[in-house]
Amino acid sequence: MIPAAFDYVSPTSLDDALAALAEAGDDAKVLAGGQSLLPILRMRLNAPEKVVDLGRIEALRGIRDGGDHIAIGAMTPYSDVVTDALVQEHAGLLAKAVETVADPQIRHRGTVGGALVHADPAGDVGAPVLALDATMVVVGPGGERTVGAGEFFRDLFETAVGDGELLTEIRIPKHTGWGSAYEKFVRVSHQWSIVAVAATVRLEGGSIAEARVGLTNMGSTPLRASAVEQALVGKGLSDLESACAAAADGTNPPSDLNGDADYRRHLAAVLTRRAVQRAMGG
Amino acid sequence: MTRITVNVDGVSCTDEVEPRMLLVHYLREVVGKVGTVVGCDTSNCGACTVHLDGRSVKSCNVLAVQADGHDVTTIEGLSSNGELHPMQAAFHENHALQCGYCTPGMIMQAVDLVTENPNPSEEEIRVGLEGNLCRCTGYHNIVKAVAAAAGSMSSERTEAR
Repeated sequence: MIPAAFDYVSPTSLDDALAALAEAGDDAKVLAGGQSLLPILRMRLNAPEKVVDLGRIEALRGIRDGGDHIAIGAMTPYSDVVTDALVQEHAGLLAKAVETVADPQIRHRGTVGGALVHADPAGDVGAPVLALDATMVVVGPGGERTVGAGEFFRDLFETAVGDGELLTEIRIPKHTGWGSAYEKFVRVSHQWSIVAVAATVRLEGGSIAEARVGLTNMGSTPLRASAVEQALVGKGLSDLESACAAAADGTNPPSDLNGDADYRRHLAAVLTRRAVQRAMGG
Repeated sequence: MTRITVNVDGVSCTDEVEPRMLLVHYLREVVGKVGTVVGCDTSNCGACTVHLDGRSVKSCNVLAVQADGHDVTTIEGLSSNGELHPMQAAFHENHALQCGYCTPGMIMQAVDLVTENPNPSEEEIRVGLEGNLCRCTGYHNIVKAVAAAAGSMSSERTEAR
């Protein structure tokens, strides 16, 4: 399978990338790590006139300490995120979720920013980013703006990043000392999440002081289980079941060959309990 | 057409390619590195795995133009001076192949795995190879070979010190 022909540019600066996008208009596609885009092009589900490759913009790569947050360049590959000491210390949930993405080869190429803008609801980056209250930095012809993770995901494959704009950085508030776990349910290795739950908790004296829970593939976007987060406050390891039972409330999960919507609602409650339990060290 | 220069198995190659050309097709059809094979063509099977700047990638899921200015190592570049790489030798000794189609990709991913984790457990080997499919289902000997190669690669490092 060979993609349809396209023009290719590989700018080395953000300004040049924005200029290339502005010039190409609607018919341009942004290439980040390409691990979702290339299969789409090969299957000819999309045939852009122009591909703008961000791979040569060094400024978009790397992870730095931003004081109260860590800042992850949008073009940082998954494999760097998994092994990064800052991520492990201050946003352990993200490292654990990203470690489950696809396979090692794909984690070497695929990028966190590319995955977020692609916005596949079965992808594993959205839920932890949402649960960790990240802020996205978006740059366009009009300059730079920031978008909270809660406003970032609009719909299936649709985000707040508009035409001619680029996601440049993901800022994650430090969750130092929080326990975390990502429970991903798949039938075979290397599969997209049927459902997954991202949970991170801050404990005080063995019970939960604060909890954050994100859901993967329970609707057209990653979702936050806010009611569960509230219900978990004050709970210990032995009384998680009832607090997690409502994980699927208000969700509209898909039905497909891997499971119908009711099955996914059931999974969401079970996986939430397991994720919170593991996040607590239990 | 776009002019690219890629260092393939230690040799600098400069060619005019269409931007849509996949790295695996560039390696096979332009450079002649037919040791790297196309398996599924959907980025699932890992048969086309090569190293790009020392890290394993699926070469059916990278454009040739993305490799411009970078180093690629294929299965054909692993041996040196006629000596098999320890991973190749271990696959041979442990009969870690049946039809052999997945072998180039398995070996390239296994080398990456052992480079990142010099003493992998059986579980870590199995997880580290999850992006490589053997449709003969000959995984058992593949895992044995990777464990054996990890041992010989680590004793080589000790001797080199």
